[in-house]
Amino acid sequence: MEEYTPEAAYSPMKPPITHTGVIGWIKKNLFNGYLNSLLTLGILFVFYKIIPPFIRWAFLDSVWCPDCAGACRKAAGACWSVVTSNIRFIIFGFYPYSQQWRPLIAMLLLFGLIYYSSKRENWRKSLIYIWAIGLFVMGTLMKGGIFGLVPVESTKWGGLPLTLLLSVFGLTAAYPLGVILALGRRSKMPGIRWLSIIYIELIRGVPLISLLFMASIIFPLFLPEGVTINKILRAQVAIILFTAAYIAEVVRGGLQGISKGQYEAAESLGLNYVLTMRLVILPQALKIVIPPTVSILISAFKDTSLVVIIALWDLMKTTQSVLSHPKWMGFSPEAYIFLAILYFLGCFSMSNYSRKLERELSQGEQR
Amino acid sequence: MDKPSTHTANGPYLKEIEKVPFWLDPKKRAWVYQFFVFCMVGLLAYYLVSNTILNLKRQHIATGFGFLHKEASFEIGESLIPYSAASTYGRALLVGALNTIKVSFIGIIITLILGTMIGVARLSSNWLVSKLAGFYIEVMQDIPVLLQLFFWYAIFYETLPSPRQALHPFNGLFLSNRGVALAVPAAIPAYKYMLLAFIAGCVAAYFLRKWARKRQERTGKIFPVFLTSTAMILGFPLIVWVAFGAPIQMNIPKLSGFNFKGGIMLTPEFIALLTGLVLYTSAFVAEVVRAGIQSVSKGQREAAMALGLKPPYVLNLVILPQAMRVIIPPLTSQMLNLTKNSSLAVAIGFPDFVSVANTCINQTGQAVEGVALIMAVYLIFSLSTSLFMNWYNKKTALVER
Repeated sequence: MEEYTPEAAYSPMKPPITHTGVIGWIKKNLFNGYLNSLLTLGILFVFYKIIPPFIRWAFLDSVWCPDCAGACRKAAGACWSVVTSNIRFIIFGFYPYSQQWRPLIAMLLLFGLIYYSSKRENWRKSLIYIWAIGLFVMGTLMKGGIFGLVPVESTKWGGLPLTLLLSVFGLTAAYPLGVILALGRRSKMPGIRWLSIIYIELIRGVPLISLLFMASIIFPLFLPEGVTINKILRAQVAIILFTAAYIAEVVRGGLQGISKGQYEAAESLGLNYVLTMRLVILPQALKIVIPPTVSILISAFKDTSLVVIIALWDLMKTTQSVLSHPKWMGFSPEAYIFLAILYFLGCFSMSNYSRKLERELSQGEQR
Repeated sequence: MDKPSTHTANGPYLKEIEKVPFWLDPKKRAWVYQFFVFCMVGLLAYYLVSNTILNLKRQHIATGFGFLHKEASFEIGESLIPYSAASTYGRALLVGALNTIKVSFIGIIITLILGTMIGVARLSSNWLVSKLAGFYIEVMQDIPVLLQLFFWYAIFYETLPSPRQALHPFNGLFLSNRGVALAVPAAIPAYKYMLLAFIAGCVAAYFLRKWARKRQERTGKIFPVFLTSTAMILGFPLIVWVAFGAPIQMNIPKLSGFNFKGGIMLTPEFIALLTGLVLYTSAFVAEVVRAGIQSVSKGQREAAMALGLKPPYVLNLVILPQAMRVIIPPLTSQMLNLTKNSSLAVAIGFPDFVSVANTCINQTGQAVEGVALIMAVYLIFSLSTSLFMNWYNKKTALVER
């Protein structure tokens, strides 16, 4: 007797070729309906008009060699020479030329630390100490003065290290302040609550540039005679005060997400306010707000570009000073595109990471 | 709580509670904390203010807002109200504030349109459109707005020709490194009446919508509001235009000397600022719109279809009212962001409020007053927006059982 198998019972008919594979995909995703077909064709036409000339401009006709300003003037394409010739000034600013390996190592260390901290299995208490040591080493590398390193004044710091310094230190220092403000805003004491609300809303209501102006022109007036604080530190304080208000709002969102039962459970265990917050509430609340915190880091990273307005030598300012040189005048689009790529890479990797983290962290709740 | 029991065993215990020392009483402790914090803040404020006053005295800088009435003696590139170097600082600041409002207002309108289009495109079933919108959103969000401003300004300033060789893509439009010269309708009475007719159309549409909604609630009949409103808003001016004999008088820019005369002239600073702000903010608006539309669950659309509503009604009566509730709050904060980011105009030389205030500070040395004014103006923008938002949120809040 023949054994029964589904295959023997009937031979399954394959779906028509126009519904599977490449053709099926194209039909389903690009040409489903008149409007979509028109749109697809329109976009393809625009691509055809824009992309080949762009490739010709950016790659085929472009000049790459360092110090070819002359060749650039004759070439029809982009002059990437403006970037390749001045890359070290753009990245490091006025840092002494022979010592530029130091900020380079400091930056690599920072990237390494960030990469290490992005892995969730490394989220331990020791991470805080690793960061403390790392930041100290970076500061020493930049400043010098010990271990036979030539001291370098902070007024000479510039370029990418300054941008990174302002954003990373800004966020690190703003975080505790932001948490305190968030707790203050949710406090039962009316005085403290109102102080926090006024601070947060005041800062969030004004543009960062007004705080930077304040840091650069009013802050010196605040100090007693003879005391001066260097410009980078003043801008850093402004960025910290600004970022803290935004962090406070994000953390408040996290605190509101914690159910009342958690507070009551902590209270019934006899924990006081500080212990309740430290052991029960904050660990949960801060975990929820990690993804929005990363987006604050992204905006802090982007916002540091504003210090160019108060004449700090960040990435933007070094680039502009290159462009103001008569030799390189007129090649701004190329230089700005290079900067845009740098910023894009930084922000894109962070936002990608934040999305990935959000998915991972929400997995526990989805079950 | 019950009255304290007069049971003999509880007597001494109760008395003890009454005698709790104040540092163990949470209420009294809270007062102490707050007093302490206020003292700290007060001391800090006193320290900073006294230092500032001393420093100002030492540098012989007068305090107060008296400088607002002095002659500004600097020119401002573009102004909505008459202004000259002989005007006062107060007027200069007013010009700056109006310029901020102008660029924010135009920017917000264009951003809303562009952002909504891109947000909807992100959800398109067309793979190419959706990916392109996603690419736009990602790129624009990840490049600092200041860099974008510099980029557009450089494009305008360095790659466009001088007014003599201005690009002339079609009649009435000239592109040069001095800006964009644009033909505008000439100032003849017919166009004025058309504008009035347009406003009348808008008002009529508003009342029609109100009436139609009331009627729908009473009788359930749906009135084609969108079609009739569009017909009124566009039709009224058209009727006026035809009634005046369909005039086509334009004020066309002409090259005279080194620059254009006639028409309206948009400066490179203004265009660069507007382009940068719009492209940057519309990426965020697109994300807000996308998230809002996706927040309405699929079941809502299916339920509406099952009720037999036509697709436009599904969108208008079911999807949009729910999506709007999610969209509006983050949308307002994006609009505020655009307004705040317009302060970056100072970097490319557009005379907005911050830029003018900065010039005033540099000329008079009145830094404290200048920065205070900047903060106050932006706070007024922000607070009035949040007040409006609170009102709107209350109006549209979900009424739950």
